[in-house]
Amino acid sequence: MAANGAAKPAMDGATTRRPRLGSMSRPPFPWFGMDIGGTLAKLVYYEPTDITPDEAEAERDSLKVIRKYLTSNVAYGKEGIRDTHLEMKNLALCGRKGNLHFIRFPTTGMERFLHMGHEKNFSSLHTTFCATGGGAYRFEEDFLRIAGLQLNKLDELDCLIHGIHYIDSSKFNGSSECYWYKNPTREDLCEKMPFDFRNPYPYIVVNIGSGVSILAVYSQDDYKRISGTSLGGGTFLGLCCLLTGCDTFEDAIEMAANGNSTNVDKLVKDIYGGDYTRFALSGETVASSFGNMHIKEKREAASKEDLARATLVTITNNIGSIARMCALTEKIERVVFVGNFLRVNPISMKLLADAMDFWSSGQLKALFLEHEGYFGAVGALLQLTKTSPFDVPIDQ
Amino acid sequence: MCAERSYARSISLPPDEVFRNLRNAKRFAMDIGGSLAKLAYYSTVERSRAYVSASSGGDDGDGQDDHHLYEIQEQNELGARIHFVKFEMTYFEKCLDFIKENLVSSHGEMMGKVVKATGGGSHKYTNLIRDKLGLECDKEDEMQCLIQGCIFVLRNITNEAFEYQRHSPQPYKFQTMDADLFPFLLVNIGSGVSIVKVESHDKYERIGGSSIGGGSFLGLGCKLTKAKNFDELLQLASQGDHRNVDMLVRDIYGGAYSALGLPGELIASSFGKMVSAKDGEGQEFEEQDIAKSLLHTISNDIGQISCLYAQLHGLRKIYFGGFFIRGHPVTMHTITYAINFWSRGTLQALFLRHEGYLGAIGAFLKGAEEDDSEKYCWGENYAGSSGLHSTSPPPDFIPRDRTASFDRFELDRLERPLVSLPALLDPPSYFPDTVDLTEDPDARKYWLDCFEEALGKVAARAVASQPSRDDAEMRAQQFMAKYNKRLETLREHPFAYGSLTVRSLLDTREQCLNEFHFADPYQHIKQQENEAALRILPERLQHLDSLEFRARQVALAEGLLAGNVFDWGAKAITRLMEGDDSFGFEEAMSKLQARPWLVDDLDPWLERLQDHPHKCALIFADNSGLDIILGVFPFAREMVLRGTQVILCANSKPALNDVTYGELKILAKKVAELCPTIRTALSEGHLKVMASGAASPCLDLSRIDEMLSQECQRRGVDLVVLEGMGRAIHTNYHAAFSCESLKLAVLKNKWLANRLGGDVFSVIFKYTKGSKVEGKTPSKNDIGTQQPRKSPETDR
Repeated sequence: MAANGAAKPAMDGATTRRPRLGSMSRPPFPWFGMDIGGTLAKLVYYEPTDITPDEAEAERDSLKVIRKYLTSNVAYGKEGIRDTHLEMKNLALCGRKGNLHFIRFPTTGMERFLHMGHEKNFSSLHTTFCATGGGAYRFEEDFLRIAGLQLNKLDELDCLIHGIHYIDSSKFNGSSECYWYKNPTREDLCEKMPFDFRNPYPYIVVNIGSGVSILAVYSQDDYKRISGTSLGGGTFLGLCCLLTGCDTFEDAIEMAANGNSTNVDKLVKDIYGGDYTRFALSGETVASSFGNMHIKEKREAASKEDLARATLVTITNNIGSIARMCALTEKIERVVFVGNFLRVNPISMKLLADAMDFWSSGQLKALFLEHEGYFGAVGALLQLTKTSPFDVPIDQ
Repeated sequence: MCAERSYARSISLPPDEVFRNLRNAKRFAMDIGGSLAKLAYYSTVERSRAYVSASSGGDDGDGQDDHHLYEIQEQNELGARIHFVKFEMTYFEKCLDFIKENLVSSHGEMMGKVVKATGGGSHKYTNLIRDKLGLECDKEDEMQCLIQGCIFVLRNITNEAFEYQRHSPQPYKFQTMDADLFPFLLVNIGSGVSIVKVESHDKYERIGGSSIGGGSFLGLGCKLTKAKNFDELLQLASQGDHRNVDMLVRDIYGGAYSALGLPGELIASSFGKMVSAKDGEGQEFEEQDIAKSLLHTISNDIGQISCLYAQLHGLRKIYFGGFFIRGHPVTMHTITYAINFWSRGTLQALFLRHEGYLGAIGAFLKGAEEDDSEKYCWGENYAGSSGLHSTSPPPDFIPRDRTASFDRFELDRLERPLVSLPALLDPPSYFPDTVDLTEDPDARKYWLDCFEEALGKVAARAVASQPSRDDAEMRAQQFMAKYNKRLETLREHPFAYGSLTVRSLLDTREQCLNEFHFADPYQHIKQQENEAALRILPERLQHLDSLEFRARQVALAEGLLAGNVFDWGAKAITRLMEGDDSFGFEEAMSKLQARPWLVDDLDPWLERLQDHPHKCALIFADNSGLDIILGVFPFAREMVLRGTQVILCANSKPALNDVTYGELKILAKKVAELCPTIRTALSEGHLKVMASGAASPCLDLSRIDEMLSQECQRRGVDLVVLEGMGRAIHTNYHAAFSCESLKLAVLKNKWLANRLGGDVFSVIFKYTKGSKVEGKTPSKNDIGTQQPRKSPETDR
């Protein structure tokens, strides 16, 4: 996701949030939604579970192949992963019943993905491929050339907001999609608490992908991009790769979990010998991120884990600080953090929860969503169910 | 500023070179940072000063003796000066030893005094300072010192703050002294970032900060590149291309993200390309690229966070300080860019010329509280200060040798507080100078050449003014060397001392002359001229009185102009005067351009004189001799006769052949002896002679003597008269007043006259009625290559 940018005027309002059950038309299967970001490509696939024998009869082979391939595997190629723990079962969509699957792979694997689409004869299916994210633009030609697919390109922020609304309104397999952290700084007391997101407006969305976008959402159709930063998940991973030689986000997070950032950062007490009372700063406050690393001995003493931790804390706190000021400027209390940076990353979530809590004296609340980075892809899927040019009448 | 380079590596140097005037030091303060130390010391400096006094026994006006009208004396006096020296920490101990050795003379006075120390290194070195100097050492809070230092420079130093516009031909946009200083945001970028809201001298609050600051740049930079220190890292950064490291919008979108108006070149994810660096997929980057990206990332982030804080607190001005900036163009550019981007141009990112000295100044002020230094105004001593160029490397980036040397900054205590003239229409938007030479290469070249050419003459006159002093010749040589060197610097770095203007060139020359004890090179010439003019005065008054009202007003106006033809500062006249002794007032009149003048508002002015008299006229006098005596006094006399009160003011200190306040007091008495109207006006207070506070042939109306300002207010000045090229053309030509004004000059400089579409001796007679908007423009040609400065808001 792009980082810097002026606010967008309120969105065009051309879309409705909910799928129209029993509507006059629905697109042919397969139903995909895709969000191709700077680092990760996210794919959601709706697997209908109410296929009638007639339908099964009429189904093309290629459709069956795809369904079987996607639903019977949890990993695809070297890098594709299905997040089975996020699968939404028995979900009603567009008058059908089915399961929603969540798949991701690195954007660098786009070409391989398209070749697979070609091999599996994707283009023989009269489907529209709804895609969002920058990659929808960047790879549009490749989709056509390699896989013979025409893309329906969608705005990523529209998709993100629609996705959040849809998932939140359809409970996540019966439990809450939205949650917050109680006592985020106390390991022994920290609890993940469900949050009732039925009446959320207004709220702030902080979408942390490679970069960060910050939106203010006033109603389901009224939102604006208010800020962003280029210091996001890509910065964390990029710096970690340079500093530690790690390869993957998972490795980086795991190292961070075992590191100690105070070996790397300069704390207030390192400068003032204790608290900086004149300006009410605790000695434990980080005065300068990486501030010890210009000292040769400290540089040599810092472990890879310490460096990973410091990178994670630095990036997270910076995002927290910007998000907090945006929320205060907009006078909005609920701040929803999404994006794949938060995947398997409780350290960051707790830091963000604490940052909102502490610096606003409890005025702001940090909220998180289970499907972290998939909302854009879900939004794209929803768009398919509404505006497919291949609409066919449903038998009355 | 001539000494640093040669003495950079050695500390065994004469005290006058680096630690100037150390022998007389009275008090010390220090700001000890990680790599640089700044020493501040308060000292007294002996200056030679010209005095005039009424001739002895002459108060009866016997007029018999061959004595002069007044006596000229030069005396030494003590002035207060604060010296600031910035040097590398490597020299710290040596410097302390050096100070100790050279303090002998004032050591008694130093006993019992406390050295104020601030900065990150202050607690580490307290004992060392105590041991070496034998003085107590107090630690002072770093942020407080910084804030006080910042307020101090913004209040006292002309052109202290500037906007930085990297891609403009003149990247430095200097600000005039800000009358509405508060509130502002101060962002100090040290190891981390502190963000302080400053509402007044003693009301400020740290409203936030960020841990991503200079320490992060240095720390990550040392970890990711071979650079070992800040300068090496900056050097690397200046050679790199961040696009090899950062993920741009176009890397994600293939182009711009047009729905949001995000251009393709925008950074979407800092270091985002390093994620797959190990895949070897065409990843080509150098450590320079890493350094550049790091600098971008951090500057951008600080800019954004500062902007958010400013918006949250409703502040419009953001001053940046701290070692991270160090005048580095890329840093200032990125921060400025971020502020513009995030505020959509509504916020102003400002940098400071003396950013590196803020802590030391603040610490010094802490120690000086008992001396009421707040009460005084201070002025930058251009002669003794290193310029901004020391921290601004050229585009190809030569590592700054200056950090390995000694950078200096000196402040002189002014005798009187200086404030704004109340009659200025809009003090915040007032800009004294008509042409900013930093923005006008042709004009710059012309004037720098001009000053260089004139240097020999100036020096010769200085020597001639001190016939009894053997060392005059030597000092004149030193003066020439110093000023020449300065001109050289200014050719290379026009912005080194703030806006470069004819005024700043003239003022720097005066300060350099003073530095070498030439108090008033024109003192004898002025004396002769005054005496000659005074002899003609009765005849002149008689002539004027014989004229009808209208003819008299025309003659008075022409008299003001003719007096203006006499100006030893102008080359043309110098030649004329030196070649022809008989050149007199009438001849001067005949030299004037025939009407219509180049700018000719004489008719509206004559019309105005038909109307009710002015309440009070404020006249800024220019030259000695014919100008003041035959031009200004008759004009003032006419005003008084009309029932207008007159404040007649002159420079507080000598500059060229301008009449000084001291001389004017005596001259007024002498004129009074010859003219009953003036005598009565003086004794009854309708005519008041005052000091302007200035020491320049030009005039900065935002810095005039507080007493003069109060008097203007009290008497309700409704007419301001400015005469002479310096006060009415080089400066103030565009100045807008809330009352009526007359700006009069004869263009004695051929180049300038030609540029304005006239010939030499063209006349400017600009009369403006005061109004909320300066409505009336001159009849024919507007002067100056530059429109009046707009206020910062409209400048964007």
